[in-house]
Amino acid sequence: MNWNWNWFYRMGSPRWFYESTSRWLPWLGALTVLLLASGLVWGLAFAPQDAKQGNSFRIIYLHVPASFLALAGYFLMAAAGAIGLIWKMKLSYMVMKCAAPLGAVLTFLALFTGAVWGKPTWGSYWVWDARVTSMLILLFLYMGVLALQYAFDSKDVANKASAILALVGTVNIPIIYKSVDWWFTLHQPATISFTEAPSMHPDMFQPLLVMILGFYCFYAVALILSVRVEILSRERKTSWVRGLVKQATNKNLGAE
Amino acid sequence: MISNMGFLAFLRRDLRLINRRRGEVASPLIFFLMAATFVPLGITPDAELLKNIAPGIIWVMALLATLLSADSLFASDYHDGSLEQMLISPQLLVMPVLGKVTAHWLTTGLPLTLVSPLLGLLLSLPTAGYLPMMAGLAVGTGCLSLLAALGAALTVSLQKGSLLLTLIVMPLYMPIIIFGSATAQYSIEGLAWSGPLAILGAMLAVAIALCPLAIVSVLRLTTIN
Repeated sequence: MNWNWNWFYRMGSPRWFYESTSRWLPWLGALTVLLLASGLVWGLAFAPQDAKQGNSFRIIYLHVPASFLALAGYFLMAAAGAIGLIWKMKLSYMVMKCAAPLGAVLTFLALFTGAVWGKPTWGSYWVWDARVTSMLILLFLYMGVLALQYAFDSKDVANKASAILALVGTVNIPIIYKSVDWWFTLHQPATISFTEAPSMHPDMFQPLLVMILGFYCFYAVALILSVRVEILSRERKTSWVRGLVKQATNKNLGAE
Repeated sequence: MISNMGFLAFLRRDLRLINRRRGEVASPLIFFLMAATFVPLGITPDAELLKNIAPGIIWVMALLATLLSADSLFASDYHDGSLEQMLISPQLLVMPVLGKVTAHWLTTGLPLTLVSPLLGLLLSLPTAGYLPMMAGLAVGTGCLSLLAALGAALTVSLQKGSLLLTLIVMPLYMPIIIFGSATAQYSIEGLAWSGPLAILGAMLAVAIALCPLAIVSVLRLTTIN
């Protein structure tokens, strides 16, 4: 069968990406604002209080979505790197490069909100819990990719090297998670128990779902925006970018 | 001979080169001993407390010593051009790379393992811990060398790559240090220690299979470009 690969090749073109995202990015942005705003108001103001934790549990509406995206972002970054290595696609390296700082910030946000939440619940900002430790290692993995990305003079080598490192990290992440889990059961302190409530009440869970969706959209918007900036700076010498700049300056001049 | 495909040749070559500059072999070992001396000075000379943390301390020191010696793995071959010659040869480079890494392990991991009882003595490691610790170190330092070689390949063309190498490789070391120190800890607590050791062995098997492939592709990238 003759599969039509045109869409795939077209996706590799930075110009195509830039122009098509210009069309639907505003809609995605509006959806993000809508989801995040309604999820936040619903979760922070209308969801019922937790029986044991009172209002302090509400930070879950930031903590859980940030943790989700931090991990998903690493796999997205590695997948983009793999596509770049296999099909030599310029665009996917740009996606990989932009996903690294975004993921690192989200991982930091997850750790930070976890610490803020930990103080009233466990009595200390930091506990060496299995999930907390895994998150910290994920942050280190992100930092390694970032450090490598900016260490090389040649952009091409930097892209490929950090793509390989991201892939090695992907192979390692399940091993790291499993071994940290095992380490934690070995050293589990008696004072802190992590037996969670068997299930969340739907009234609490529904706003969380909205927030997770909102964070996914936010991640997409942030990633697309930074990829667009990357495209403009890398393709600044091409005629289509120059055309865009000319158009924009003319518009500004006309407005004055 | 098809079966070793340059493995022995590169092992022998690297061992001969290392033999000519023996100081490089001694430095990680001396570091290993010195750094471990700082622990009782910084924490406490109390034997009761030290024996609880001894396996972990010895493992952390072994990890740092391996990292310190790792940046020389490909550096001299890169600077004198022989790495490039290796890469443009039509031969598959997986076995030669494995030979080089084995030479690195024989001159860092193995000596560290052999010296570790001395550290155990200094940190009052209980008698039951010596054999499992050495067994764990012997297997685990193999993984450490393979991963360090990957980091060394990624940073070989950089001016100041050695610190970056450490940053890149350290998160990947996490499982090894967990199971490595658990091997010794288990035996001290009177539990069967073959479990964590077997997991270390499994990690080594995976690392032997996958790391050389990754190292070769990285070297091709950082050296030829």
